[in-house]
Amino acid sequence: MKTVAADPKGVDSGPHFMDGDHALAEGALAAGCRFFAGYPITPSTETAERFAERAPEVGALFIQMEDELASIAANIGAAWAGQKVMTVTCGPGFSLMVENLGLACMTETPMVIANVQRGGPSTGLPTLTAQQDMMQARYGPHGDNMIIALCPDSPQECFDLTIEAFNLSEYYRVPVIILTDETVGHMHEKVVIPPADQIKVVPRNNYSGTKEDCRPYKFDSQGGHPMVRAGDGYNFHITGLTHNEKGYPAMTAEQNKIVVTHLMEKINGNADQIIRLDEDQIDGADVVVVSFGITSRIAVKAIQDARKEGIKVGSLRMITIWPFCEKRIREISAKVKAIVVPEINYGQMVLEVERNAGGRCKVISVNHCGGAVHDPEVILDAIRKAML
Amino acid sequence: MSTDIGKFKAGSPMASTLRMDRMPHIWCPGCGIGSEVNSFAEAVKRSGIDPRKLVVVSGIGCTGRVAGYVNFDSIHTTHGRAIPVATGVKLANPELTVVVFSGEGDLAGIGGNHLIHAARRNMDLIVICNNNFTYGMTGGQVTPTTPGSAVASTTPYGNYEYPFSLPFLMDACGATYIARWTSMHSRNVTQSIEEALLRKGFSFIEIISPCPTLYLRRNRLGDGVDQLQNYQDNSILKHGADTRETNIDFQGKIVVGKFVEKNKPTYLEAVDKCCVKLVGDDYQLYGKTIPEREAEEKAEKEKIAVRRAAMQAEADAEPPKAGTKAAAKKAAVPKAAKKASAKKAAAQSKKTSAKPVKKVAAKAPARKTAPKATAKTRVAAKSAPKKTRK
Repeated sequence: MKTVAADPKGVDSGPHFMDGDHALAEGALAAGCRFFAGYPITPSTETAERFAERAPEVGALFIQMEDELASIAANIGAAWAGQKVMTVTCGPGFSLMVENLGLACMTETPMVIANVQRGGPSTGLPTLTAQQDMMQARYGPHGDNMIIALCPDSPQECFDLTIEAFNLSEYYRVPVIILTDETVGHMHEKVVIPPADQIKVVPRNNYSGTKEDCRPYKFDSQGGHPMVRAGDGYNFHITGLTHNEKGYPAMTAEQNKIVVTHLMEKINGNADQIIRLDEDQIDGADVVVVSFGITSRIAVKAIQDARKEGIKVGSLRMITIWPFCEKRIREISAKVKAIVVPEINYGQMVLEVERNAGGRCKVISVNHCGGAVHDPEVILDAIRKAML
Repeated sequence: MSTDIGKFKAGSPMASTLRMDRMPHIWCPGCGIGSEVNSFAEAVKRSGIDPRKLVVVSGIGCTGRVAGYVNFDSIHTTHGRAIPVATGVKLANPELTVVVFSGEGDLAGIGGNHLIHAARRNMDLIVICNNNFTYGMTGGQVTPTTPGSAVASTTPYGNYEYPFSLPFLMDACGATYIARWTSMHSRNVTQSIEEALLRKGFSFIEIISPCPTLYLRRNRLGDGVDQLQNYQDNSILKHGADTRETNIDFQGKIVVGKFVEKNKPTYLEAVDKCCVKLVGDDYQLYGKTIPEREAEEKAEKEKIAVRRAAMQAEADAEPPKAGTKAAAKKAAVPKAAKKASAKKAAAQSKKTSAKPVKKVAAKAPARKTAPKATAKTRVAAKSAPKKTRK
């Protein structure tokens, strides 16, 4: 990925005391996002508010659309007109965005969507935390498609991962979802925004060749392909229909295979380059706690206590949640007695862990539904049980 | 018989504005969309705007396929979402001229919320709405504009909902340009689109159009030509008409014309006004100050004026002969609308006299008998699609 220094205009360098939602907006501005179409929804609204407040001085544009359907649709239009784009929402809004998330996947439109998760289903728990949309992020749109999803565990990571999300999104031309939650979104912590020249961003890569050779797509299961920008004179066409590399509808079984394979494999085939994990003392461990987002910070306390009791516990924090770290789970499952998976839902990511552990070790789900983070004692109990 | 398709496509007068590599198109014979696209392409040429800065956005449905056939930057979106996508395009690069070309089911049904809000914001978009009273792509279901009593596949015993009058809806929402024509009014459609392309703000152009395959067949209204005749008989030209009086009854009168044309700041102008107050004169959007953007706009306007002047000079130098485009068009109308009545209709619609109203009255008995006819022919109507599918 070719990177350049961030545009200083969007970078509010220095130490800040801010919540995760605000850090998402600052991350977007630092990454070069200059268009944000959003719709208010608790607990994500503060991101939109911060972007709206900062937009005039940065030279960006914020528009509050009539709903989430329109928000993501406007982002698709703005992306093809040359802007880096972002929107933010939570479960109910994400459900509406799923429609055009599919279009964004199909048209390979770069964009970042943050889902500040709250308890569901339906209106659920508007002001209380959850991690219940993990599978929705992956499998929301109909049809086969693949996205990238990142899981920050702090306001600082909300900032850092938003920049990474933009970089991945631009390179792979895929929507990147930031799966955070109400707790991180509303938690105030120190956030250090580095000087602009220390922030590496992937700039928009616009096609500049001849009109005859212009193709909006290249189905080679790789990233790094240029976008075509509206107004540059290439008369491009894009559609949600199954299409050829020229963007024209080509509705055959053969072409669907070509397109879908590309959409899946440009992410899955490059999973090793995309996936970021935070590992601690996994070598020689008897139990590994696999966690993500806010739950990983609760798990830290349980892991420390277990180690005090003499249990060899390792930690695997998934920063990248999709694509899933299948290979690493397979490796770990062959070496440990048990994997403990705490999450604030009825048991979603544990399914992926179980699938990849393939019976080689015990997999213990420590889950509860939305509304509150775990009590570290519950995770500690699971670690103890794992040793029995 | 063999035709050299390549030569035929290259020789088309619309070859520069349509994607000839995608022809033939999917539209049925007698459908109004083809002539609307032709009017649109002609309007783009006449307007003098830079076609490279034109983006066409469509939703889903028969009209939704327009984006795929016009040789400009074009986006075929999801059902109902053409307007928000177009909003994003326009706001991300204000230099672009953005046209939404879609059907009434897409724009006023599933996308109704976006339509009213784009009008409310005076978003700088041109919305061309093909209103054929039916969801054509899915087989002829009732739409938000289907007139009362009309038969659709999902109102098999006649429509009992109240339809939208789209000009009235758009007027209430604050649209700054509203026109309605039928697909018989090709030249008026071209003119309205040309005007819209050259103005700022939200423009809404409704085109009442025949769907011979579904709406006309189910309602026993004949073919496309018969319906053009109906448009000719029942259209009442009334520029500046009160939009409250633009309802369309089943095969009833159709008030056409330019109903609204007014100026008020567009969404982006309102943003600029607010931000310059806040940030000062060095306020920039996407790295450009307001004077810089205004200078670019002015330069573009001058280029458009030069192009238009050149076209005018060309037209003046060569007065239209028989066999030119203008003459061909004149010939096309009588062919479609049964010859001699064309001139008469034009005169009638200009006068907006009592004549067309009388004709409506004359048609009324026929309408009364319509339900009977549909009841009798329901079996035939049901079996007809099967035949066509063979």
